[in-house]
Amino acid sequence: MTKATFVRKEMLPPQEAPASQRGAIKWARENLFSSPLNAILTILGLLTVVLLVKGALPWLLNGVWEAGSLMECREIIAARHGEGATGACWAMVRERWHQYLFGFYPQPLFWRPTLAFALMFVALAPVLYLGNRTVNTIMAGVVTVLTVLALIGISVAFPQAIAGADAGVAALLAVVIVLGALTAVAWLAPRKLMILTLLYPAIGFYLLWGGSIWGPIGALAGFAILALVYSLTKGQLGVVVGTGAGVVAAMVWWLAVQSHITGALHSLLPFSITHVDSDEFGGFLLAFVIGVTAIAASLPMGILLALGRRSDMPLIKALSVGFIEFIRGVPLITMLFTASLLLQYFLPPRTNFDLILRVIILVTFFSAAYIAEVVRGGLAALPRGQYEAADALGLDYWQAQRLIIMPQALKISIPGIVSSFIGLFKDTTLVALVGLHDPLQGVTKVVRAAIEWKGIYWEPYIFVGLIFFACCFSMSRYSMYLERKLKRDHR
Amino acid sequence: MSDPHAITREINRSHMQVSDEVAIQITNMNKWYGQFHVLRDINMTVNRGERIVICGPSGSGKSTLIRCINRLEEHQAGQIVVDGTELTSDLKNIDKVRSEVGMVFQHFNLFPHLTILENCTLAPIWVRKIPRKEAEETAMHYLSKVKIPEQAHKYPGQLSGGQQQRVAIARSLCMKPRIMLFDEPTSALDPEMIKEVLDTMIELAEEGMTMLCVTHEMGFAQAVANRVIFMDQGQIVEQNEPKEFFNNPQSDRTKLFLSQILGH
Repeated sequence: MTKATFVRKEMLPPQEAPASQRGAIKWARENLFSSPLNAILTILGLLTVVLLVKGALPWLLNGVWEAGSLMECREIIAARHGEGATGACWAMVRERWHQYLFGFYPQPLFWRPTLAFALMFVALAPVLYLGNRTVNTIMAGVVTVLTVLALIGISVAFPQAIAGADAGVAALLAVVIVLGALTAVAWLAPRKLMILTLLYPAIGFYLLWGGSIWGPIGALAGFAILALVYSLTKGQLGVVVGTGAGVVAAMVWWLAVQSHITGALHSLLPFSITHVDSDEFGGFLLAFVIGVTAIAASLPMGILLALGRRSDMPLIKALSVGFIEFIRGVPLITMLFTASLLLQYFLPPRTNFDLILRVIILVTFFSAAYIAEVVRGGLAALPRGQYEAADALGLDYWQAQRLIIMPQALKISIPGIVSSFIGLFKDTTLVALVGLHDPLQGVTKVVRAAIEWKGIYWEPYIFVGLIFFACCFSMSRYSMYLERKLKRDHR
Repeated sequence: MSDPHAITREINRSHMQVSDEVAIQITNMNKWYGQFHVLRDINMTVNRGERIVICGPSGSGKSTLIRCINRLEEHQAGQIVVDGTELTSDLKNIDKVRSEVGMVFQHFNLFPHLTILENCTLAPIWVRKIPRKEAEETAMHYLSKVKIPEQAHKYPGQLSGGQQQRVAIARSLCMKPRIMLFDEPTSALDPEMIKEVLDTMIELAEEGMTMLCVTHEMGFAQAVANRVIFMDQGQIVEQNEPKEFFNNPQSDRTKLFLSQILGH
């Protein structure tokens, strides 16, 4: 018989876990060899990786950076590594990188898209990092340094860029001064940086397309008219009708009045920089112009469509549902063909809409329909009590949306929204189908058409793919950062 | 009586006065959910300073009734006049009534993305257009009143249920409402947290606030209410002073209900 009482005399010290429960062995056992099937899959996976690396590594390592043509590349590889050896011909990238970045943009003006790209980050910083002063300043500072390096690099590669029509050392200095000043603003008056964010669409447009300064100012004036009409009529007509009146007034300005007034102003005070035609845009410049504009425009539009779809007003609801379902039911390619061929018929006669602008508008519509559905999911996830509490406190519809509903619904929708944006950015390569020079197909075709690079196959795709990957991966990481940051509110 | 939350403290009745002024007037009000007749011919007058407890079995329409008073629910027939403003589909009237009438919900409905202080200052700043600093001072005043000023910079998710409900009360008070509606404010709370919320509500009653409470806390009704209304099947079945209501119920339905909630 065992005794019922037991008293421990001395406590046991903790002992080290057996090897099967520790470190790499435990990890491997649990993750790689937990069952016979898993063990087989692990070995097969490893074999595949080994074979892939074995096949691709020499090709990557044998790569040649300095050569004038594909033939020359092959000769150098054969000379170095023997007959039959394969190798990448990175010399193509070295020779043609500027076409992948800027398309056919005039070389003396390369500083303009570069500056526009740099300013984009400074303008985005207050939005992306929610007014975080330190991050904004670091971002502006880093952008300044990188831009200066990039501009110096460009001047070395294209000496005519310095002697160019309206570029030169003065331009480089101006860029340094502007970006440096913005860095100081980011540190001293972080909220003022939002002014740049609001003006950036006009600044970016002016830098990229150039021409008379009155064009972008006239376009901005349209928005000012919209805001003015809205604030004048809101009191009597309400938010929705007031906005409608503002949009109509702005449309009248943009389509009928603006060109006359800006023309008159231009003849009075002619200030302009070299105009660059849309045909000369290409490569990642084009991808960014279309992608970034459509991303920025489709988020607010998608939010409005999502709200419209949940509206009590039958007309607004029907229009939103109709728009979303129509756009989602049509392939993007169809929309692009519409942009290049059909859209002109719906516009007033004699308006000559730029092809890039038309593509941007339809890509925005396309993306907005998807964003609307993602945001609608976020809205549906909010408990009814949040709406009721906002109502019970006397907040009106737009206040409740802006202060209570959207901050929560958008947070839930971040992964979906960013997925849509990543998809949109990659889909910009489809503009090759309407004759624009996207980096993947458009520019590569041009490069291959040159006699020196005829027959080059993998290198352009790897180069373009890497840049796309870097962009999309950054977006993905940013979305994870944002989710983590907003999560902290709840704990 | 075996009420676990019987009110033992002394109630200061010096400010609990019912005036002749009418705060809420409901006349022949009817409401349907589709084909379901949820509120049937409700007639009710609430004077300023009254503390009314509405009770009844679930599905009797008591929550719907008080949600009609600030138009979270729309009535289809009859009239509701709150502080001289009739509730119609006119949005301006609705917003006016809502800013005068505070509401506390069963599930608190705090805004999880805002701090406690921001929860309390949001409506004063945006609806009443009060400067932020002033709104924050008012908010801190009411947060001290519900005894949680030290939580002002936390988020709702970090507080216990009882604390959250007290914040919800403070949030309503920051709008300086003339009428407070309570929709089962203690039903979602753990037993030990019910008392702290009831204490806050009693203090509010002691200051003379006009209150309509949907609740099953009969101890609260006995201690604070000047009128108890019993509802069943969308109708007011019986109303009386608390003492009479509990000791001498008239209708059989009321007797059955009281025996069920007080009998154990």
